[in-house]
Amino acid sequence: MHLAKTFRYLFIALSISLAATVLPAKQLKVGFAQTGAESAWRTANSESMKSEAKKRGIDLKFSDGQGKQENQIRAVRSFITQRVDAIVIAPIVETGWEPVLREARRAKIPVIITDRTIQTTDDSLFVCFIGSDFLEEGRLAAAWLAKAVNGKGRIVELQGTPGSAPANDRRKAFAEAIATFPNLKIIDSQSGDFRRSGGKEVMEAFLKKHGRNIDIVYAHNDDMALGAVQAIEAAGLKPGTDIKIIAIDAIREGVQAVADGRINCVVECNPLFGSKVYDTIEAILAGKKVPKKVFNKDELFDHTNAAAALPTRQY
Amino acid sequence: MTFGETKREARLVAWPLAGLLSLLVLNALFDPAFLKITLLEGHFYGVPVDILTQSARTMLVSLGMTLVIATGGVDLSVGSVVAIAGAVCAVMLQDGQALSLTIAAAVGIGALAGGINGLLVARLGVQPIVATLILMVAGRGLAQLIVGGQVIIITSSAFEFISNGFVLGVPFAPVLVLALFVATHFVVRRTALGLFVEAVGDNETASRFAGLAVARIKTLVYLFCGACAGLSGVLVAANIKAADSYRAGENMELDAIFAVVVGGTALTGGRFLILGTVIGALLIQTLTTTMYNLGVPPAVAPVPKALLIIAVSLLQSEKVGRWLRGLFKKGAVA
Repeated sequence: MHLAKTFRYLFIALSISLAATVLPAKQLKVGFAQTGAESAWRTANSESMKSEAKKRGIDLKFSDGQGKQENQIRAVRSFITQRVDAIVIAPIVETGWEPVLREARRAKIPVIITDRTIQTTDDSLFVCFIGSDFLEEGRLAAAWLAKAVNGKGRIVELQGTPGSAPANDRRKAFAEAIATFPNLKIIDSQSGDFRRSGGKEVMEAFLKKHGRNIDIVYAHNDDMALGAVQAIEAAGLKPGTDIKIIAIDAIREGVQAVADGRINCVVECNPLFGSKVYDTIEAILAGKKVPKKVFNKDELFDHTNAAAALPTRQY
Repeated sequence: MTFGETKREARLVAWPLAGLLSLLVLNALFDPAFLKITLLEGHFYGVPVDILTQSARTMLVSLGMTLVIATGGVDLSVGSVVAIAGAVCAVMLQDGQALSLTIAAAVGIGALAGGINGLLVARLGVQPIVATLILMVAGRGLAQLIVGGQVIIITSSAFEFISNGFVLGVPFAPVLVLALFVATHFVVRRTALGLFVEAVGDNETASRFAGLAVARIKTLVYLFCGACAGLSGVLVAANIKAADSYRAGENMELDAIFAVVVGGTALTGGRFLILGTVIGALLIQTLTTTMYNLGVPPAVAPVPKALLIIAVSLLQSEKVGRWLRGLFKKGAVA
């Protein structure tokens, strides 16, 4: 009886080690804890991670957090037990990541944070951050605008969701950049919650409140700008001509609107992280040193290049 | 309906109405142009017109919600149904289907969703919050599936008219919604239907013993609520000329419940005020517009909103009313 049990264990151990040696050359295994599928931008972001993994023959374990941090933490734990080679997290919130990151470190799995930053007291818990520079986007928008209107005009701002990182940064950087132009003023600022209907509703209110005193609309995303375009048209004005519009994100529809002249300029917030993330992972696993912060390069589209860029827009 | 009943209803509607009027006065004092209505390109143009048009969508969802709440239930799935209906519209119009067929399909799919809720609640005895929560979560996924995760642009100008059009200078959407309110009011108040709904909400067991088809009434009410949400989905999609399955109807169930409760309908069921719901929906939209008009920073804006809603709800409460009256009486004696 006792002997039989020992033999059984031996047999299991033997078959496992046999299976391990028979398995083909090791395929790279990466776990990705995505926030969810809350916007077209996010879908493009997930798609880029998946398609790039397929192209490179990487085994991607994709987990949809459905907007909840506990789902993401659970996903990261399961990645650790599955012994993946690297973990990528797009954190929903900034705090509360330390315990699970420590577990990953104990398992010697490198972690990469993408898209949004996290707050920890110990920066060595993750290898690096890859994301968009929301501040730079705000600065780019302000610089383009100041040049286009010769540093003069009254601006209304359509903010994103209050408290969200993109809304905070795009607001702050834009305000700082236009502060050097005394005749460029933000006369009103309200939140459209990153929604099309929100942008339309707020713009309708602004148009009644300020009448013809609005020269420029600065929207924190394309969706709100597209809503504002409708509100401006309904008020009998010509968007892009009577009121200049500048927005951030550069979804295909936004670039189309620039090509049509209804929006004057969109600054890109590129969701196609895939190739950069996997490049970084391969570099880390090869033992190379990678920079702590890597930003995706963002472009700017106005009447000069929007039409030409349209056919190649992926999202 | 007895006289005392009417008086109580009048009191319940009076407070949100007073809130609405005081908001309008506050805005007018701050900015005299607030109430100004001008003619622009042959139609009325101004803040009041905006408030009416914008509140039409929530109002329509609240109409169905009023009756559901009157039976002592709640429908959390309306926001997702709005997204599904919008997605159906976008896909069908892209396919080149006729406008009337598209709208019928959107309303129909809303009614179907409501019917499923109704069956779960009335026939299978699932708690309304749980039963409708299922569709609230699954519905948004379904909407995204229909449009393939994309925001689909709608180019039909006839479709856009439903939300943004004008008839003889008057915005079409609020007229349509108000007409539905009046029609519903007559159907439920001029027949015994309204009484049945209230009876079911008041005491389900007693109603059943009195011979009411409780399950059928409940199912019907959820079905109606779903159909309202479906039509509201048409309005939402027409408003932005796009089906945004991610954001359309988001948190709309909460706005609708607010409008219904502020309008004097009891969450416990057994009593409903259709007129109150109209005022409740207008109040919520006017509040939002007031925040824009007064330039209240968006991070702070939810606070005054919450305060006003608490105030109206407190003033409607009978206990608080009695306490206040007692306070005044004592003051008079002293």
